[in-house]
Amino acid sequence: MSNKEKHWEKTKGNMFLTLALWFFFGYIIFMFGESLNSASFLGYPLAYYMCAQGSIVAFVIILFWSANRQEKIDEECGFAERGEDD
Amino acid sequence: MFKGKFIDNLPKIYGTYTGGFLVFIILMAIAEQAGMTAKTIGILFVAFTVCIYAFIGWMSRTVQVDAYYVAGRSVPTVFNGMATAADWMSGASFVAMAGGIYFGGYTYMAFLIGWTGGYILVSSLLAPYLRKFGCYTVPDFIGTRYGGNFARFCAVVVLTLASFTYVTAQINATGTIAARALAIPFELGVWVGLVSILLCSMLGGMRAVTWTQVAQYIVLIIAYLLPIFWISNKGGYGFFPHLMLGEEVARLGELEAQFGLVKNAAADVKAAGVPGGLKSISLPHSEVPAGGMAAWKFISLVICMMVGTASLPHILMRYFTTPSVKAARKSVAWSLFFIALLYTSAPMLATLSKLSLMDPNLSTGIIGKDISAVMSIDWVQAWTAQKQAFIADFNGDGVLQLNEWFMRGDVVVLSTPEVAGLPYVISGLVAAGGMAAAMSTADGLILAIANALSHDVYYKIIDPKADVRKRLLVARGLLIVIGAAGAYIASMRITSILGAVAWAFDFAMSGLFFPLVLGVWWKRATREGAIAGMITGLASGTAYLIYVYPKFMGNPAWLGIDHLRFGIIGASVCLVVMVVVSLMTPAPDSSTQKMIDEVRVPTGKTILGKQH
Repeated sequence: MSNKEKHWEKTKGNMFLTLALWFFFGYIIFMFGESLNSASFLGYPLAYYMCAQGSIVAFVIILFWSANRQEKIDEECGFAERGEDD
Repeated sequence: MFKGKFIDNLPKIYGTYTGGFLVFIILMAIAEQAGMTAKTIGILFVAFTVCIYAFIGWMSRTVQVDAYYVAGRSVPTVFNGMATAADWMSGASFVAMAGGIYFGGYTYMAFLIGWTGGYILVSSLLAPYLRKFGCYTVPDFIGTRYGGNFARFCAVVVLTLASFTYVTAQINATGTIAARALAIPFELGVWVGLVSILLCSMLGGMRAVTWTQVAQYIVLIIAYLLPIFWISNKGGYGFFPHLMLGEEVARLGELEAQFGLVKNAAADVKAAGVPGGLKSISLPHSEVPAGGMAAWKFISLVICMMVGTASLPHILMRYFTTPSVKAARKSVAWSLFFIALLYTSAPMLATLSKLSLMDPNLSTGIIGKDISAVMSIDWVQAWTAQKQAFIADFNGDGVLQLNEWFMRGDVVVLSTPEVAGLPYVISGLVAAGGMAAAMSTADGLILAIANALSHDVYYKIIDPKADVRKRLLVARGLLIVIGAAGAYIASMRITSILGAVAWAFDFAMSGLFFPLVLGVWWKRATREGAIAGMITGLASGTAYLIYVYPKFMGNPAWLGIDHLRFGIIGASVCLVVMVVVSLMTPAPDSSTQKMIDEVRVPTGKTILGKQH
């Protein structure tokens, strides 16, 4: 397997993992909104809280985490960009 | 004061700008104490900020093609995040979102999830790869990846339809705010708004829009957060409202039970003479509606908004401006961070403004009080005079019930400072913030359409030999034409702000999502497949919208997929057709395959040259 193929396999893996987390926070928990709401967090009903803040904060964290992970993959496989700072 | 390159000085420049804006707010507060009228303060706020944007627009003028189309690909991650956030948060987010939660409660909050989660699709499926591709516009990618002018043209059609639906709503919002702040008629406000929008983008294209959007983000986020923190602290609800409003949310539930959530019959509302577009509260604030269908309606709306986010060209093109692929990826994360600051605050604002109206124990409460007393309150008089609020005493008891108070969704944000008894300077600030939000999105959208028409249709299809001067002249001419067309339609007031915004997402996802994603992730996707997918996706989505929308054919929605969710039909058809047709046609040639391999790694040259 060439380096490029290895890189793409890992990139795909990162993509699927990221989307799995996305699916959990974006969809799965809201399928059970009715029962979640009987629990509470910070005094808010849980489903309301996840909708108002919880999932959104989770999305932000997932994005940073996934970007860092992808940077490591690029580094490992020798495809990291050089000489251009962000 | 600022030595060296502009880019290196960005934190200093925008820091000074933010400080200057805060000083301006304080000056206005002092002027208010000294007796300046509310009207003058409103005018000064809007005029001052719009002049600054116009100044930035003029400073960023350019005659370079890559500066005009992609801001020279030199926008640092964090600043691109701010610009994207302003680009993204439209008049609908700023003005209508808290209002939507105010009326719709949990059900409406599906929009919050949908309009944030889509960025994960942008980051993991598209943005870094499109950046590596090096395109100027989204159809540029479709045209090069699949080859041929017809594929490019189809992408332009979808882009134009989606963005244009969106832009009329934005110009409508700038019109509403300009009309109110400057005390001019709405029809004139729309044109004032348009001129302000064009001042930002005309001379410098993407470069000018980027730097004005950063400035607009700073104004809009201050304008959104300041009143929330102020009200929360003033009312003793908690120092940090986001974490401390649990009791207030529970209290709203009690009040709902006490007053009763009554859905007025349409005939009664009509008979009482309630102006169009005004609503009363009839849905619970935090309660989740029971049943599988309700959950599906929530989730299907989330799907449409998320997938739509990842297909909207004015957002995708923001990531063409970063210096590297890595920066594009990080920049998506920063974008959502800046967006989240506002989105997580909207439910808090809705909670606070709802409570200050509903709680009879508070001095600001109006529900459950005598109608004659309520009618003598200043802000009630002002808003009812403008037909933005209305009282209908259905049961004739002289007491204002929850279902007898009508308000326009859009005015919840604009009126909250007044309702909560904050000084007028805050209302002026909020008007400036709403104007910034609507202007920044309108700029991004008009630029997306004009760039696609000038680069993809004019330069790539009609006249590939055109020189730089001519190309930029055409691009600027198109900006004016598209803006004027949008303003003309907005001045006719066809649909409410929100209906149109959701439609833009549905149109975009119907035609563009799968051709874009499969273009990167599926090498076997062919030109014929992409073209067939775009055409059938857009056509079936549009046909379903006409079939189901009450003002068109008005048929019952299939599986709860109503006119806000028609993208589910369009995108599904697009996917199936694209896969089937791709498999029936010969696989793309080896040079295309190689190009896709190149797109998938961050290093190396971009596929399209720096100037193309």
